[in-house]
Amino acid sequence: MSEKKNREVILESGIPIKPVYGPDDIAQMNVARDLGKPGEFPFTRGIHPLMYRARPWTMRQYAGFGTPQDTNGRFKFLIEHGQNALNVAFDLPTQMGLDSDDPRAEGEIGRVGMAIDSLRDMQVAFDGIPLDKVSVSMTINAVTPIILAMYITVAEQQGVLLTEVRGTTQNDILKEYVGRGAWIFPVEPAIRMIADTMEFCARSVPKYYPVSVCGYHIRESGATPVQEIAYAFCIARAYIERVIARGLNVDEFAGRLSFNFDIFGNLWEQVAKFRAARRVWAKLLRDEFGAQNPDTMQMKMIAGGGGGGLTIEEPENNIVRGAYYALISALSGAQTMALCCFDEAYTIPSEKASLISLRTMQILADEMGLSDTVDPLAGSYYIEWLTNEMEARIVAEMKRVDTEMGGVVNGVSKGLVQAEVARQALLYEQKIQRGEMVKVGVNKYRVEGERASQDVELHQYKPEATEEQLRRLAQVKAERDASAVQAALNRVRADATAGVNIMPAMLQAVRAYATVGEITGVLKEVFGEFREPVRW
Amino acid sequence: MMTDEKPIRVLIAKPGLDGHDRGAKVVALALRDAGMEVIYTGLHRTVEEIVAAAVQEDVDVIGLSILSGAHLPICEKLFTKMRDAGIADKPVIVGGNIPVRDHPALRALGVAGVFATSSELGAIADAVKKTARTN
Repeated sequence: MSEKKNREVILESGIPIKPVYGPDDIAQMNVARDLGKPGEFPFTRGIHPLMYRARPWTMRQYAGFGTPQDTNGRFKFLIEHGQNALNVAFDLPTQMGLDSDDPRAEGEIGRVGMAIDSLRDMQVAFDGIPLDKVSVSMTINAVTPIILAMYITVAEQQGVLLTEVRGTTQNDILKEYVGRGAWIFPVEPAIRMIADTMEFCARSVPKYYPVSVCGYHIRESGATPVQEIAYAFCIARAYIERVIARGLNVDEFAGRLSFNFDIFGNLWEQVAKFRAARRVWAKLLRDEFGAQNPDTMQMKMIAGGGGGGLTIEEPENNIVRGAYYALISALSGAQTMALCCFDEAYTIPSEKASLISLRTMQILADEMGLSDTVDPLAGSYYIEWLTNEMEARIVAEMKRVDTEMGGVVNGVSKGLVQAEVARQALLYEQKIQRGEMVKVGVNKYRVEGERASQDVELHQYKPEATEEQLRRLAQVKAERDASAVQAALNRVRADATAGVNIMPAMLQAVRAYATVGEITGVLKEVFGEFREPVRW
Repeated sequence: MMTDEKPIRVLIAKPGLDGHDRGAKVVALALRDAGMEVIYTGLHRTVEEIVAAAVQEDVDVIGLSILSGAHLPICEKLFTKMRDAGIADKPVIVGGNIPVRDHPALRALGVAGVFATSSELGAIADAVKKTARTN
């Protein structure tokens, strides 16, 4: 009995938890100052006064595979079943700036997302999808200026005004160096191109969210929940500083920064993490950057996931995990939600698995009362205490990045952030292997023998997609005006070298049907390539 | 305990375009803690670069980490290049998102061990030691 009573509980972020919390634990708290009302500074309770009562969260499952036609079909399937936004996955060659006919693309075409070589592919992918109505998020980073230019062009060809084009590009290169690994260029020119897209959108495509800063992949790579938020905020701060240095006022653009965060692990820790994060972000924007507009201070986020929590063992258990992650996301006031599908520990999701994830979110929103009232956990002794504790630790971790790593740009360039995240990943793995952290079906209640994976119908990779993609690329290259392509690539080279905003040159290049690989090739000539600091 | 046995040298490699390196780094750290000399290639290495590194570093075992699903084409190419370089006898262990249905094909190519995500670190270290010794 006494053993059970004294069981130690320490959250992943290192916070020891008592069995009972009461009024004394939040005695120092000032409700008006620390919580405020929903939709008001410091936005602890959410960024809108009515939250889901006015409008449920956006449901945005990640999708994309094979050719642009295949992906177009999956997009339409999800929209038909009530999904109101898209989240586009690109294949690795596209993410790495390689055309489908590049030898390094072999075996990877259309495998983990759709293949995009030229504007023609983008036109096919969004055929019949109205870009002024469906909000599209694109998971693209190193080659964002190219893909964004294609997207804007397709929207314009659909008759959508630039001022009405909506959507999001992930476009967070600093986190790619820490986790996920889809980097191409050295750190400085890569950040410069992010600032180019932010400046361009602020001036010309005002409804577009050019950057979604991702704590998600940093957490997936091993960081604790506190580090996830702290590193993401340090990264966001670095981008904001670059844009301010170009003469823009913070209120002209920072309201169009959004965040992408991860959900797995302890429920209470995650909810407190997001409530604390909103408070930290609001104070940072007001106090450090002098923001005046409340919209600038609001931390907008897609929160979901959480791939790191899913298991290859007994994959159907991941359906249950996904439902809890969605619950956490709704209790945390996310603007947008996406869930990893139950088969994602194996491969990209099947149609059936995607639909189960979408239905999970719909059941929460429409059956379980999650849209009824704003921030329902507010006022809980435990949640408020934990929110305060998470806030203090996030702020301390951000300071540590500045004092011990020389800021996040230096820390990433030298591999210091990566080494810390890898160290945390090893500690996490050791905790699981020692049974200190339980994963059901993995280190507790494990069924030995044949893995349940045999029962799951997995998405099948279609090698035929490669043929079709190569055929279209060859056709585009044969039909386009070669001198217009050359002129456009020359301008990309000139503008990249001169340091002027790269976006006008990108628009000219994609409209001439220059390919992702050709444009990236020119940028590599000018910028060189990132040399990974292998430090672990 | 004294030993004059040379430590096992392992190359942990990330072939192709996949950028997920959490598993590669965790395994690299765990093998180092288990007393081995570990060389990690970093991301986005071509098969040719990996074979060259294996020759240059004179490793006992090559470990590949692949999470994109492209393990079969990558391993096919790797074994061809290893034969060309005269190191076809070096054991290769593969880890990552590898569906059970692909295990026989990988073994037929010559892969000495396959480790799915969530495999025990101790089991991976044991397999590396065993393949290094029997070689």
